[in-house]
Amino acid sequence: MSPTSQAYPSAWKRPPQIFTDPLWRRVIFSGMVLYLLLAIGSVEVNWARVWEGLERGQQFVMGFLTPDFTSRWRDISIGLVESLTMTLTATVVGIIISVPIGIGAAKNMAPTWVYLICRAIISVSRSLQEIIIAIFFVKMFGFGPFAGFLTLSFATIGFLSKLLAEDIEDIDKSQVEAIRATGASWLQILVYGVSPQVMPRLVGLSLYRLDINFRESSVIGIVGAGGIGATLNTAIDRYEYDSAGAILLIIIAIVLVVEYSSSLIRRRLQ
Amino acid sequence: MLVIKNLTKQYGAKDVALKDVSVTIGPGEIVGLIGPSGAGKSTLIRCINRLVEPTAGHILLDDVDLASLSSGALRRQRRRIGMIFQEYALIERLTVMENVLSGQLGYVPFWRSYLRKFPADTVRNAFALLDRVGLLSHADKRADALSGGQRQRVGIARALAQEPDLLLVDEPTASLDPKTSRQIMRLITEISVERGLPAIINIHDVPLAKQFMRRIVGLRTGEVVFDGKPEDLDNDVLTTIYGTEDWTAMRESHEQDKTSEAEQAHAMQQIGVSAI
Repeated sequence: MSPTSQAYPSAWKRPPQIFTDPLWRRVIFSGMVLYLLLAIGSVEVNWARVWEGLERGQQFVMGFLTPDFTSRWRDISIGLVESLTMTLTATVVGIIISVPIGIGAAKNMAPTWVYLICRAIISVSRSLQEIIIAIFFVKMFGFGPFAGFLTLSFATIGFLSKLLAEDIEDIDKSQVEAIRATGASWLQILVYGVSPQVMPRLVGLSLYRLDINFRESSVIGIVGAGGIGATLNTAIDRYEYDSAGAILLIIIAIVLVVEYSSSLIRRRLQ
Repeated sequence: MLVIKNLTKQYGAKDVALKDVSVTIGPGEIVGLIGPSGAGKSTLIRCINRLVEPTAGHILLDDVDLASLSSGALRRQRRRIGMIFQEYALIERLTVMENVLSGQLGYVPFWRSYLRKFPADTVRNAFALLDRVGLLSHADKRADALSGGQRQRVGIARALAQEPDLLLVDEPTASLDPKTSRQIMRLITEISVERGLPAIINIHDVPLAKQFMRRIVGLRTGEVVFDGKPEDLDNDVLTTIYGTEDWTAMRESHEQDKTSEAEQAHAMQQIGVSAI
């Protein structure tokens, strides 16, 4: 049979995947475009103010390019020490609290009621953003690094416990079974069957959290939780952009050092 | 002596893994458990040390009913039952020595196991066991640095470190090559005989079972369909256990192995290399 005996169509269009009804497709798409236009129209732009902002931005860039480390060095160094102390203590305390909660939040290690409680703690900790927690703690305990320390510890719990719990749930069951078969107790199963399997990742996650906590410590300072962020906020309020530039450069340098060294250690652990 | 009476295990409403299984294993007796996958071999072994909870029946180990123990008493009884696993189930990131010592976990307080401060006798015994399985010089290596056969030897030493009264062995050679498989089977049976230790060994490889076992129990869909000497394990019986198709396929592949081994040996001779 010759190939021309049947007329095959020479055009093909990909069939619609989500909205299969053509009428509804038109209604939905035109509705979306209309909403977008209305939404853009509702944003008020004060062009004079934008112009002024650009000028300030320029001042800021100039300050950034000529950073002044010396005239506010005392404030900067105090803020830095506060931030680093806050970061380190909060990470350590956070890890110490996270480990038992993480174990409790692993389905294969804890009874259901413990599991539910631990998962609830994790959800609460994760649903609140650091800045919101910081505002609460600043209101409760006043300005300063103590509020920052509490904030970062609390945020660390949500992060570490959740990832640790998921890691424990993914471990090789047969190793745990083998330890259980020897007549080992729950704690011994934890130490011999579970911990060797998750330890490298726990150390890696802790270092990663240390890194995150330092960055967060500079952000929560802006809402009054102490540290280098507070110093930065003061510098900007005083229009001292050259000092602010210096602080930003220091933050960037420390973040780079922490990140590079933590990734180096993590790579050696694998 | 182990007496299993009317053991039944049911997963869910319809999935019956073991149906009314009764087997008695005398002092020092070694029993091979064969059957197709899904026949309930693993479940049967795991019911004995209650890694799997039996639905009904009794399991008497020297007159202690393992099936009805509370968790504390169960832990004490588990110490008497050594288990060797299919994929070795070693703690990969711990050293060989720690893996062997973990067999003693049921006997030592938590702080000793946590700090790795095991009693002197235990440590000496662990070294002796490593020597017995031929791994004395590997004590400080990490378990994941060993080959398959070596890992299973560590698994054997760990089970023996429990000073068990019964050995449960679940497909010990499933992930090993034929030669290593035979070495491991020989080691397990030798040690059982040396110590007068009764053992139940799951084997999917029928020729291997026939070679090493004096008694074989055949399981099909959760029921015991054969219990006797390997000599009585003829084609008819094996067809009942494995079903016509599977058994024919298994036999053919085994014969192919044999012919190819013979061919290889022949080829080696022709080029003047003696068989290893």
